[in-house]
Amino acid sequence: MTKYYLHRRFALALLPLALLLSACEKVSPPAAFHATEIREASFGRELRLPDTEGRVRTLADFRGEVVGVYFGFLQCPDVCPTALSRAVEVKQLLGEEGKRFRIIFVTVDPERDTPEVVRAYLDAFDPSFVGLVGTPEEVARTAEEFRVYYRKVPTGSSYTMDHTATTFVYNANGKLRLAVPHALSAEAFAADVRRLLAETAPAEPGR
Amino acid sequence: MLTIQTRRCLGLALMFGAFTLPAWAQTVKVDGPWVQATVAGQKATAAFMKLTADAPVRLTGGKTPVAPVVEIHEMVMDGDVMKMRAIEGGLPLEAGKTVELKPGGYHVMLIDLPKAVEVGQNVPLTLTFTDAQGKTFEVAVEAPVRPLKRGHEKKSGHGM
Repeated sequence: MTKYYLHRRFALALLPLALLLSACEKVSPPAAFHATEIREASFGRELRLPDTEGRVRTLADFRGEVVGVYFGFLQCPDVCPTALSRAVEVKQLLGEEGKRFRIIFVTVDPERDTPEVVRAYLDAFDPSFVGLVGTPEEVARTAEEFRVYYRKVPTGSSYTMDHTATTFVYNANGKLRLAVPHALSAEAFAADVRRLLAETAPAEPGR
Repeated sequence: MLTIQTRRCLGLALMFGAFTLPAWAQTVKVDGPWVQATVAGQKATAAFMKLTADAPVRLTGGKTPVAPVVEIHEMVMDGDVMKMRAIEGGLPLEAGKTVELKPGGYHVMLIDLPKAVEVGQNVPLTLTFTDAQGKTFEVAVEAPVRPLKRGHEKKSGHGM
């Protein structure tokens, strides 16, 4: 009898712990964010690649800004222009706050996407967008860190790239917070960015 | 000397002929074709349009002076992953049913561009169709170039 009672007490005592654990799930359902919220990411912790000017950039360079990291390639006639056009729209929807939102484009096709062409391509969308062009090995390492899938697929005389079309969004403290699916509208994306900007208010004017 | 009667007959015959002619030759109506602009060094782009065939045919290829290789592609999302493939055997069109080639679906891929395709340009594009009997025919169009950045077209009802 007492044994049974103890069991019950023990189970009851465990209940709040179980609830707490389930609340700490890494990816929680979109309660208030439209995109998939990420709390404790075991991926996308580091980004270290040369930009189109050859300077090595890391996430720390973008503190104070909400940053969206997107993997794509320039021969992509469809999802990449769609994703980058959406990002431009997000920035416009954010108005003045849009100055604190930036896209980092990581090419998964460094064989064809030279820094010069990537720069010209991004300028066609927004000159503030950063392009990262690594060596094939660096790109592979980065994709692995982000759990991003990409693969070269032959098509007739040429090849195309299959790739993850998610935008990974960091808050202004450099913490990975959202996985934005390709299908999310610019309006919903902008609302999410606005929330992220609010959760990390602009740094005190400590300059 | 032709009587009024015979002239009338002839006229009617000609009119009738003119009306029935399109029913013999298969055609595909191409609406709103456009090509996405590129920047220098970018080797590929895509053409989008609406196609309405008057008989079951397949869009099997094309030609353009701006690119040596033209393929018919489909974009699909497999979970989070974007995949693009050449459509084996071409894109089937049903009689009278409009198929839209647009971002997020089908497109005519223009590959190995020797130079950039710019806004303001009209790209000549000859589309090749194959009918049920395996006979091919062509339809030539001029596709204006639209900017890479698409945002505003969406709102005015184009694109997407």
